[in-house]
Amino acid sequence: MAINNIWVFAQGSGGVATTGTLELLTKARSLSSKVTAFVGGDASGFAASLGEHGATKVYATGDLAGKLPGVALSAVIKTIIDGGDSPDVIMFPQNYEGRDTMSRLSVKLNRTVLTNNVDIADSGDGVIATTPIFGGNLLVATAFTGPGPHLVSFRPKSFVAESGSGGAPEVIAVAVPDLGTQGGARVIAVHTEQSSGPKLDEAAIVVSGGRGLGEAGNYSLIEDLAKLLKGAPGASRAIVDAGWVPYSYQVGQTGKVVKPSVYIAAGISGATQHMVGMKGSKNIIAINKDKEAPIFGIADLGIVGDVHKVLPKLIEALKSRS
Amino acid sequence: MNIVVCVKQIPDPASPGALDTSTHALKREGKLILDESDAYGVEMALQLVATAGSGEVNIVSMAPNGETSGMRTALAMGAAKGLLVSDPALAGSDALTTAKVLAAAITKLGGADLVIAATESSDGYTGTVPEQIAEVLGLPSVTFAKKVKIEGSVLKVDRQSESGYDEVECTLPAVISVTAGVVEPRYPSFKGIMDAKKKPLDVVTAGDLAVTPTGWAAAGQKIVTVTQAEARKAGEVIEDDGEAFGKIVAFLENLKLI
Repeated sequence: MAINNIWVFAQGSGGVATTGTLELLTKARSLSSKVTAFVGGDASGFAASLGEHGATKVYATGDLAGKLPGVALSAVIKTIIDGGDSPDVIMFPQNYEGRDTMSRLSVKLNRTVLTNNVDIADSGDGVIATTPIFGGNLLVATAFTGPGPHLVSFRPKSFVAESGSGGAPEVIAVAVPDLGTQGGARVIAVHTEQSSGPKLDEAAIVVSGGRGLGEAGNYSLIEDLAKLLKGAPGASRAIVDAGWVPYSYQVGQTGKVVKPSVYIAAGISGATQHMVGMKGSKNIIAINKDKEAPIFGIADLGIVGDVHKVLPKLIEALKSRS
Repeated sequence: MNIVVCVKQIPDPASPGALDTSTHALKREGKLILDESDAYGVEMALQLVATAGSGEVNIVSMAPNGETSGMRTALAMGAAKGLLVSDPALAGSDALTTAKVLAAAITKLGGADLVIAATESSDGYTGTVPEQIAEVLGLPSVTFAKKVKIEGSVLKVDRQSESGYDEVECTLPAVISVTAGVVEPRYPSFKGIMDAKKKPLDVVTAGDLAVTPTGWAAAGQKIVTVTQAEARKAGEVIEDDGEAFGKIVAFLENLKLI
């Protein structure tokens, strides 16, 4: 048995556990009966939910008071491990806090990391993580060869969150040790970009725009269509980098992973970096003027045409129905 | 204000990637270019030094075969000098070893007030190296910086978050990772390209930096299988004759979504 003691880097948002956290816990409890959730923050609102999804123990730091998570949380985890509770595996979410904490911890523990994974298995004598490469065309399975704790991160939606029969977990308060000069960064203010409608990574319909829209002003076509379909607007990295829309709209390798019922890609050619974030959609509709665009290779319905002509007609047609 | 920018030299992303059949490592043959993600860091560093009014921008990189063409691009943009770590014993190194090597290279250059890296490379995208470098050097760090300015000895960063951005203040020296699009990278001028050929660019081994290379044997990870993922099939593709929007309406109707 390669995995006995497994930890999940758990996160809450607005007092509830994030979906990503519950996904990782669900997978963790299939690998071991000894599952610990590590929460960098206040877990009082959602410890029960962590227990339902498999955690038997919860470590919680309480509010970080503006400290950046990477430095602070890696220091806490190192302290716990030095104290004797050393996991075989720590599962991290592939997001800012998870990535920063895992990176710092890898140096503190002198352990390698495996990132961007979609699966993990216990081979009996080792731990194997699977990551998709080349836009998801190849799956690479990698085994950890050294001693644990094995540090491994997962892309969102790699697993399906399901509650189990777990009861209330034991909750242990842990403190952030003195960080010295490394703790020299502080969050001064938090800015949240308001968006109406469903969240991009939870919407049943996602309408994304790319460079083919021509200019920033034309993105309103994407917003209008998304609103009519009660979906969420998204974007390719190209137009986020160009500053047309905020980063929170980005779908792809370095943005959000979406798996809606229908994904509409308008003026997006289908760069590998984009496809990784949306090819898990149940249905894909693509509109692009270049018939050789890679996006047509994975689209269920492909329209070779000008988005500036197709989208306004589509919007009109949908409006006339409602 | 002395800034070191960590850059990666990668195979041209326009050519399809391939894995070496025996090692399963990403093939890095032929000419390597400056990772586009790193051009933002180089530009950011040049702007910060220009604003500070003194200091210089230096470049560190780790690459096989003494490859420097990507670093020359950074020098042509305006960086002062480069230090490349190239050592066959580093082949197969994991991100942690890469971070140790780059941290040692930064120290060899005399350290820096600020170290800048991209959030992740375009070819391997492990995405942990900047934060690992900070930990090795014992420095604070701010990842995913989308706006950066320096006021006195304080670094002020707008750090991208899942739902917007955070304003972060940080003491110097520090490490930051910058997102793509944070600034508009300049194109090297003809004079810049000519000057870059004469700028100092030292090539050293891991041994010169007193870093023990781990390479394949001790990377702590080993690829066991590479398999073809289930392919998604293409569906119907039609040319728009002015009425193609109707196809989309019918498609959505069929799924009972409208």
